[in-house]
Amino acid sequence: MADKVLMKGNEAIGEAAVLAGCRYYFGYPITPQSELPAYLARRLPEVEGVFLQAESEIAAINMVYGAASAGARVMTSSSSPGVSLKQEGISYIAGAEMPCVIVNVVRGGPGLGNISPAQSDYWQATRGGGHGDYRTLVLAPNSVQEMADMTRHAFELADRFRNPVLVLSDGILGQMMEPVLLPEPATYDINQKPWALGTTAPRKGGRNLCSTIFLDVELLEEHNWHLYQKYQVITDEFAKGSLKHMAVETHEVEDAEIVLVGYGIISRILKTVVEKCRKRGIKAGLVRPKCLWPFPSQVLADLAAKTKQFLVVEMSCGQMVEDVKLAVDGKKPVYFFGRTGGTVPSDFEILNEVDKLVRPD
Amino acid sequence: MSAEVERIILAGFGGQGILFLGKVLAEVGMRCGKHVSWIPSYGPEMRGGTANCTVIISEHPIASPLVTVPDTVIAMNRPSVAKFNVRIKAGGMLMYNSSLIERQEFRDDIRLVEIPASEIADELGNARVANLVMAGAYAKFSKLVTYDEMVKALPNLLPAGKKELAEVNLAAFERGYQFVKEKKYMFGRYVYSVFKGL
Repeated sequence: MADKVLMKGNEAIGEAAVLAGCRYYFGYPITPQSELPAYLARRLPEVEGVFLQAESEIAAINMVYGAASAGARVMTSSSSPGVSLKQEGISYIAGAEMPCVIVNVVRGGPGLGNISPAQSDYWQATRGGGHGDYRTLVLAPNSVQEMADMTRHAFELADRFRNPVLVLSDGILGQMMEPVLLPEPATYDINQKPWALGTTAPRKGGRNLCSTIFLDVELLEEHNWHLYQKYQVITDEFAKGSLKHMAVETHEVEDAEIVLVGYGIISRILKTVVEKCRKRGIKAGLVRPKCLWPFPSQVLADLAAKTKQFLVVEMSCGQMVEDVKLAVDGKKPVYFFGRTGGTVPSDFEILNEVDKLVRPD
Repeated sequence: MSAEVERIILAGFGGQGILFLGKVLAEVGMRCGKHVSWIPSYGPEMRGGTANCTVIISEHPIASPLVTVPDTVIAMNRPSVAKFNVRIKAGGMLMYNSSLIERQEFRDDIRLVEIPASEIADELGNARVANLVMAGAYAKFSKLVTYDEMVKALPNLLPAGKKELAEVNLAAFERGYQFVKEKKYMFGRYVYSVFKGL
């Protein structure tokens, strides 16, 4: 572990973005993610990049839209209320098919809520909080190492699919420090993007245009089906293609009689719960979606044939549990346990829930 | 103390260097080749309020970085004892700053280690290094962080503008370490007995 550095999750995202070739960051401070803009304010000028604290989150996301259409690798970040403000811009960016990375270090909501960790933005992240038929890829790290790795991957995915990619973390992951092995720097050339407004590569006839307006209904329908087909390709890549390894992590599920499901920081707590269950003779396993959209439905559907029941644990009143229920499709019972408002469930209270389900009497 | 994992909660006033003390332990744990994690309490705190952080140092990959039942609590002020005393694992350790925390009726199923950290820091001429006295004391008990790595790492961990404080920080660390080595600390049930006037 000699080459590892001890870093906060927020800082790891910042450094990984720089290593991924991101040279533009637009944002606005908000706890618990402010270490990220603070880090990039210092770091980006060192690599001739641009850090700009915008006048608002809305301004920041539209600057991202501009930089992305020019072909730059660009990022913004915020925490829950700030990400709500960005939704209009995200809809435009998704509609115009512009690659960018958006980080949400989730805190308690709704409204201003509080600054403690939460997972209550799952619906907003996976369904899209903006208007129109669009999707954003959503990656869910569960360690500081993954904050770095997934940020790096997010830029690759965004460029590959010309789509915004969300990194959905939470206040704990943003604030905690763990040893990180930083990823190798990427080589990035704007001329890899022949569609970009800033490209100097030869273009196939005419000018490049970046727009989301299709006044002709037939053209908009065609555009929407085109987006839909792209989302199908992304879904397939995660389900059985080249991105399968990034979709999901399973732990001790082969003989599991109860499968725990959780993402992000919760999945770490659930791993401890599984270890404690096994010591007590309870055959528990863990499914941890690493990517929340596309959701690893097939893995859960396959497990529904083997296991007896599922317990979904979230730091919300129950959001991802709906995706688990869709995947399991009524074949086995799906139960839910959640804490909310910035409260993090302890391994003991989750273990208690497992006990109640496994030994009902 | 377990030879495989050490779960520590550190707590005190904001300004006592609690988060830094935790960072020192985590960083040195990492340099000793262990798995480590560090989580701060980051609530809306004010100067003079309470601060705490959670550190895990482990031979094995850390599943949950959150700690409900710590092996050790390092308490720098009175409210910290009140808050975390009940959570310490039976057989665990409460290491406390006896300059600011008076003897009281502690639990008798934990090991008590009384370090006059603030007084030692004052003797060194810098009240702010009480945290490093505790680091030294803890290093003597720890099975996972070593004295040598700690001494090697410490000067590098100070922020850029504070490198001139390396000497006094190292001195504080050394004093804490020696304090435990020479068994000058009050220990175990003895404290309890003293309190009870036995």
